[in-house]
Amino acid sequence: SGRVGPAGGLGCSESGTFGGPPAPIVFPWFGLDIGGTLVKLVYFEPKDITAEEEEEEVESLKSIRKYLTSNVAYGSTGIRDVHLELKDLTLCGRKGNLHFIRFPTHDMPAFIQMGRDKNFSSLHTVFCATGGGAYKFEQDFLTIGDLQLCKLDELDCLIKGILYIDSVGFNGRSQCYYFENPADSEKCQKLPFDLKNPYPLLLVNIGSGVSILAVYSKDNYKRVTGTSLGGGTFFGLCCLLTGCTTFEEALEMASRGDSTKVDKLVRDIYGGDYERFGLPGWAVASSFGNMMSKEKREAVSKEDLARATLITITNNIGSIARMCALNENINQVVFVGNFLRINTIAMRLLAYALDYWSKGQLKALFSEHEGYFGAVGALLELLKIP
Amino acid sequence: MAECGASGSGSSGDSLDKSITLPPDEIFRNLENAKRFAIDIGGSLTKLAYYSTVQHKVAKVRSFDHSGKDTEREHEPPYEISVQEEITARLHFIKFENTYIEACLDFIKDHLVNTETKVIQATGGGAYKFKDLIEEKLRLKVDKEDVMTCLIKGCNFVLKNIPHEAFVYQKDSDPEFRFQTNHPHIFPYLLVNIGSGVSIVKVETEDRFEWVGGSSIGGGTFWGLGALLTKTKKFDELLHLASRGQHSNVDMLVRDVYGGAHQTLGLSGNLIASSFGKSATADQEFSKEDMAKSLLHMISNDIGQLACLHARLHSLDRVYFGGFFIRGHPVTMRTITYSINFFSKGEVQALFLRHEGYLGAIGAFLKGAEQDNPNQYSWGENYAGSSGLMSASPELGPAQRARSGTFDLLEMDRLERPLVDLPLLLDPPSYVPDTVDLTDDALARKYWLTCFEEALDGVVKRAVASQPDSVDAAERAEKFRQKYWNKLQTLRQQPFAYGTLTVRSLLDTREHCLNEFNFPDPYSKVKQRENGVALRSKEEVTRKTLARGFLQRVASEIKDNSGIDIILGVFPFVRELLLRGTEVILACNSGPALNDVTHSESLIVAERIAGMDPVVHSALQEERLLLVQTGSSSPCLDLSRLDKGLAALVRERGADLVVIEGMGRAVHTNYHAALRCESLKLAVIKNAWLAERLGGRLFSVIFKYEVPAE
Repeated sequence: SGRVGPAGGLGCSESGTFGGPPAPIVFPWFGLDIGGTLVKLVYFEPKDITAEEEEEEVESLKSIRKYLTSNVAYGSTGIRDVHLELKDLTLCGRKGNLHFIRFPTHDMPAFIQMGRDKNFSSLHTVFCATGGGAYKFEQDFLTIGDLQLCKLDELDCLIKGILYIDSVGFNGRSQCYYFENPADSEKCQKLPFDLKNPYPLLLVNIGSGVSILAVYSKDNYKRVTGTSLGGGTFFGLCCLLTGCTTFEEALEMASRGDSTKVDKLVRDIYGGDYERFGLPGWAVASSFGNMMSKEKREAVSKEDLARATLITITNNIGSIARMCALNENINQVVFVGNFLRINTIAMRLLAYALDYWSKGQLKALFSEHEGYFGAVGALLELLKIP
Repeated sequence: MAECGASGSGSSGDSLDKSITLPPDEIFRNLENAKRFAIDIGGSLTKLAYYSTVQHKVAKVRSFDHSGKDTEREHEPPYEISVQEEITARLHFIKFENTYIEACLDFIKDHLVNTETKVIQATGGGAYKFKDLIEEKLRLKVDKEDVMTCLIKGCNFVLKNIPHEAFVYQKDSDPEFRFQTNHPHIFPYLLVNIGSGVSIVKVETEDRFEWVGGSSIGGGTFWGLGALLTKTKKFDELLHLASRGQHSNVDMLVRDVYGGAHQTLGLSGNLIASSFGKSATADQEFSKEDMAKSLLHMISNDIGQLACLHARLHSLDRVYFGGFFIRGHPVTMRTITYSINFFSKGEVQALFLRHEGYLGAIGAFLKGAEQDNPNQYSWGENYAGSSGLMSASPELGPAQRARSGTFDLLEMDRLERPLVDLPLLLDPPSYVPDTVDLTDDALARKYWLTCFEEALDGVVKRAVASQPDSVDAAERAEKFRQKYWNKLQTLRQQPFAYGTLTVRSLLDTREHCLNEFNFPDPYSKVKQRENGVALRSKEEVTRKTLARGFLQRVASEIKDNSGIDIILGVFPFVRELLLRGTEVILACNSGPALNDVTHSESLIVAERIAGMDPVVHSALQEERLLLVQTGSSSPCLDLSRLDKGLAALVRERGADLVVIEGMGRAVHTNYHAALRCESLKLAVIKNAWLAERLGGRLFSVIFKYEVPAE
């Protein structure tokens, strides 16, 4: 049972007045993506506020703006990814900066409580939200925060967000990139990729679980499959195996470990390459296969286990993505999602595995704003940007 | 990704009795003439294969020389019977725990005489480890064979030669196994071997196969990661833990993300969104059972998904699963089946094999025996010498499971002649010989098992009576009784032990057990006497006309009982057909079964009738009446396993009517067989229970005439 993506979106009610020009959308502009593990929030900070507007700006709105833009951390778990901020963006005729904020889904009740405390409901704003949590927390938003959520299809939002963000670039730089010589730590280079012909595209979204979409045009896409072996599995298993408590810690341990002590490689079985089947000796034959032996279990470190977990999950995603690309006859594969955040090991491995097993036919692409596309898509929905 | 070093269940528990409980000469039979050894050594189980010859008594019939005699004397039998020794070829396979390997090698060494064998084919991850031991003990040179090549060769062999080899697993049904009828075209298929890693191989022909993919997440991951998470060291114990766990305590489900099943999106809330997703967010302890279950689901789902992706890429809908992760474990068969159904939306079928554990050994053996060309023969499973599928229900603890499979045997008889489909079958892939599936029909199963139990005394008596000159007949007959009785008891417990249970399989098992104790033809004397009586009456009996309104055509007739049936029933019918200008192919059993007429008996009977009857005489001379053998030694008939010569003749002569006669062939089997030409199924119901079930009376006649749909 894989992760299943939603299909039909639930549209928002029109906020424009019938017949006349659409009324300007009131601030604040948020896009929310409530995932299984993380909540992703994008916030548009208008920088072209007139004196008149400033005058009229209610206190609560001002305080939200100040709170979000003057801090880089919120509470003990909320974080603003300052390095991702998009500057001087024009949205719906307004100029401003787009901020990217994340916090764990289990802090959602506190977030709703804050909305109540700060009297969000008086702002008459619409909260556009996507991700499973839009459904799970809908009732809480309403009863505790007096806020009506506009629930949006997560795949629609994801695709919209990716296409939009790619089109605006990354403060003058390219949004999309790939790795050259991914297996070689000396020669490996992260290079910009111009996604000028985006279709068809295989989109692999690695959050807690994984969704794989085949995208043929802006409006024509399908969910191909998904797997439950995703970022949540990596982090969950690392917690159980190493006692780590954060994703960053898990990755840091993995960076210092050696997975070949944990995994059984082809060469461990065949002494070298398995030529009958064209398998290289370095390929993993059995993930955690060495752990069948008591002696070897006693000889591995937590770092080795974290590394092996990372390699196992990453290789598996690469392998499923490659099979989907073959079945769908698509050769560019974009990997997104928060599993890839600060996770160069996984990205380089995906790049290498895709290239190697497809004999150079498939290209793995990545995107700077990894996990925020759903939230961006939700914001675009709010602003009715097609 | 690649085949593993370690395989087997790792259940050689310390608490287990290490001594061999079965007498070794019952396990390693026919070692005296053994040649061509092969061995497959996995992580905990060893599979040994050898080829041997078996000396059997067979009843031969021979016509007396009647030249110079005008008439027969009143009480003289129509032909003589002699019991002769015949040598047939048999394949022996034995599976045992690695713990016993040294004891077994010693036993083999002591009993191996006159063998010309110099090498032993070896495969499996343990082949290297035990190489020196084998070479030292057996003084045979170890020849290493490629693991996957052996596996695939073995798989092709069992799929071709063992009916009901493959089965699907059905959760919550009783029994959980549903056997597939042998598909005449086994290629192409996908084989997914789940050892410590996973190999996915596309098999296109006997010799052509290709590694299309694999995964490193396999049995070794379940075992290794499971051992780390639960501190449980043994594979079987991990499975046992998993069967008791609740994965939803560890996995993040769709309902955890969405807050319930989501109607609008058509999602089941129980789907796993993220395996081990809850162990990342909650600061809590998890039970071993729950973690093992989550791990099992994670791995099974992943393998199923990859298998489906590969099946789709290659447009294949049959996927066979093997390897130690699967091996007889209902828990993993269940999760793999679930995953395949989920990811393929029912388009791909997950299939398992009864002899999965033997594939490597069979393949290694075949590799070594290539010069004997074993693939040109047809082989049949010997029910008397094979242990059958010992499934353990998931409730059984690992120790019980291990014990039940301590020594497991498979024997395959080489058949005299290759077997093929009847060319007139309407749709060979969907042909099912048996009328009633006793694995399904509990009421019928109960009746027939009791029926065969009650008939056992009579069979034993007849067996003894058939060999009045033998001193040990009574003793052998008693052994036969014990063996068949035990088989019946096994089948009461595990109806699926030898594939689908049918009246045919019960009858065949009895024949195999009789042969095992050298009662090749307990009815030979009875048949001889009845044939004599019938031949004498023939001259007096008015010819009966059974056939009406047949046009000129070729009829292929398949016949059973001896005596009155054939001489006063079938021959008059044949004669009538001949008179109408119809050519007749009369097919009888190749070997004896019950009181059914055999091909050799039919030749003598026909010869004698020809002496009295000019119609039959000229028909034989002009080859308008042809007597052939069916290739079967069963009271029933499988039209997908018929003698190649019969099939060729049917095709050559353009047969357009098939007459199947007798309860075994036309009622227990083939009652529903659909043919491409007209057919007649004839029988007298000689069983009161069956007659009642069919809504008729004892000795009612079934006369089923069918015309194929346009």
